[in-house]
Amino acid sequence: MNPVLHSFLVIQGVLIGLMTLAGVLVWIERRLLAFFQDRLGPNRCGPFGFLIFVADGIKMVTKEDWIPPGADKPVFVLAPAIIVITALLGFAIIPVAPGILILDLNIGILFFLGVSSMGIYSTVLGGWASNNKYSLLGGLRMSAQMFSYEVFMGLALMGVVILSGSLNLREIVESQTGLWYVVPQFLGFLIFLFAGLAETHRLPFDMPEAESELVAGFHTEYSSMKFGMFFVGEYVGVTLISALIVTLFFGGWQGPVLPPIVWFLLKTMAFLLFFVLLRAAIPRPRFDQLLAWGWKYILPLALLNLVITGAVVLAQAN
Amino acid sequence: MKIRPSIRKACSENPATVETAFYIVAVVAVLTTLRVVTHTNAVHALIYFIVSLLAVALLFYQLGAPFVAALEVIVYAGAIMVLFLFVIMMLNLGREQQEEERSWTRPSVWAGPGFVSAVLLAVLAWVISAEGTGPAETAYVGPEEVGLALFGPYLIGVQLAALLLLAGLVGASHLRRHERRTVLRDDPVSEESQSRAGPEKGGGV
Repeated sequence: MNPVLHSFLVIQGVLIGLMTLAGVLVWIERRLLAFFQDRLGPNRCGPFGFLIFVADGIKMVTKEDWIPPGADKPVFVLAPAIIVITALLGFAIIPVAPGILILDLNIGILFFLGVSSMGIYSTVLGGWASNNKYSLLGGLRMSAQMFSYEVFMGLALMGVVILSGSLNLREIVESQTGLWYVVPQFLGFLIFLFAGLAETHRLPFDMPEAESELVAGFHTEYSSMKFGMFFVGEYVGVTLISALIVTLFFGGWQGPVLPPIVWFLLKTMAFLLFFVLLRAAIPRPRFDQLLAWGWKYILPLALLNLVITGAVVLAQAN
Repeated sequence: MKIRPSIRKACSENPATVETAFYIVAVVAVLTTLRVVTHTNAVHALIYFIVSLLAVALLFYQLGAPFVAALEVIVYAGAIMVLFLFVIMMLNLGREQQEEERSWTRPSVWAGPGFVSAVLLAVLAWVISAEGTGPAETAYVGPEEVGLALFGPYLIGVQLAALLLLAGLVGASHLRRHERRTVLRDDPVSEESQSRAGPEKGGGV
């Protein structure tokens, strides 16, 4: 096939697939949460309430798009765009299946880390531009949270890089043919999961939002589709983290019998459901507790993991 | 080396493409940096700064250093700028600060230094143009090469940087200890016990 047409089709496929998934996730999350909490959940609109995300979308688009008078208008408008752009950009490096990959970048992991650190600005700037105390506190919490997780997020991935000898995600997947990296890098996997939760600011680490303390945190003042973009950005971000966990630690598209793309989707879906379960099961810590855990326990653990992995690889090489 | 084969191929086949892209990005970098200096709103200036850093990262990428480009984004545009933003948000700058900033950036303030710098810039441009220009050399330097250089010939530099960071860490933790002691002193009970214990114990910093 024509390479230009091929990459165009792949990009469109990934984009449409992601947007649909973000919509369906809304329904899945609400139904599952209801199930975990012994409620019914949304069950009116369509079979099993499946069309709730369409209803949500219509509701968001038709609501009044309001910018508070005291807000910093350009930054206020810019903030929700950043999160969607960065979350979608992150998917450029995910190898969905052999041949279905937008960008075969040999600094793939660094690209993800860079893009994810850009995504922080959405929350922080959104919180600042709203000119609202609760929003500001949410934004401040997000930047404080970022200082705690960003360091060990990168370090947790370095174990995988040592084992595979590459920063390219496609090569990392291909090097996991015999053994998924979750086995030798179990500690790295746990640390990355922790960091990923903090990065997407999902419960239990949703301190920037924290409905019970900060109204809605950084997006208190956002309405209509601007709020919708934060919403979509969050779901795409969670999908990105799940896809990365699968790619880096669970063999990506590798698996017996079924076609690769099905394996990839199944594994990613399993992690998405796991994230919903975490949301229902674990209470939210204080944000200074997250900072303290991050620097006092998780960072040393990540360093230890790195040192041991390096030592083992060196010993095997000799 | 596999680095976006299509782009690399286009670049190696057509150096003019590389040059055009370089100048576009360079103009963006210079313009945004100018806005950082001239903008009176701290957060807006910071956003321009982030764009400027991203442009510089793109320049590194074009010159064949993807690893440095990624680090530029992660460390400078990502982490350090968030720290700046954090501090600016804490300071809660308002309209008064913006007015103050505007009064500092009147033409009478910057015209003199600006003129002198412009003369220097003109001379620099003249000297460089006298030497003649050539296409930028785009030798590819990947992560492996950077790692080998850092842990080979430049190992002492890495270790010195680590020592410097450690010193910073110790300093920060020392500052925090100091703060805790002053908080304790505000407490009447501990103040009493401190004064009874004598000056040696109370006076540390």
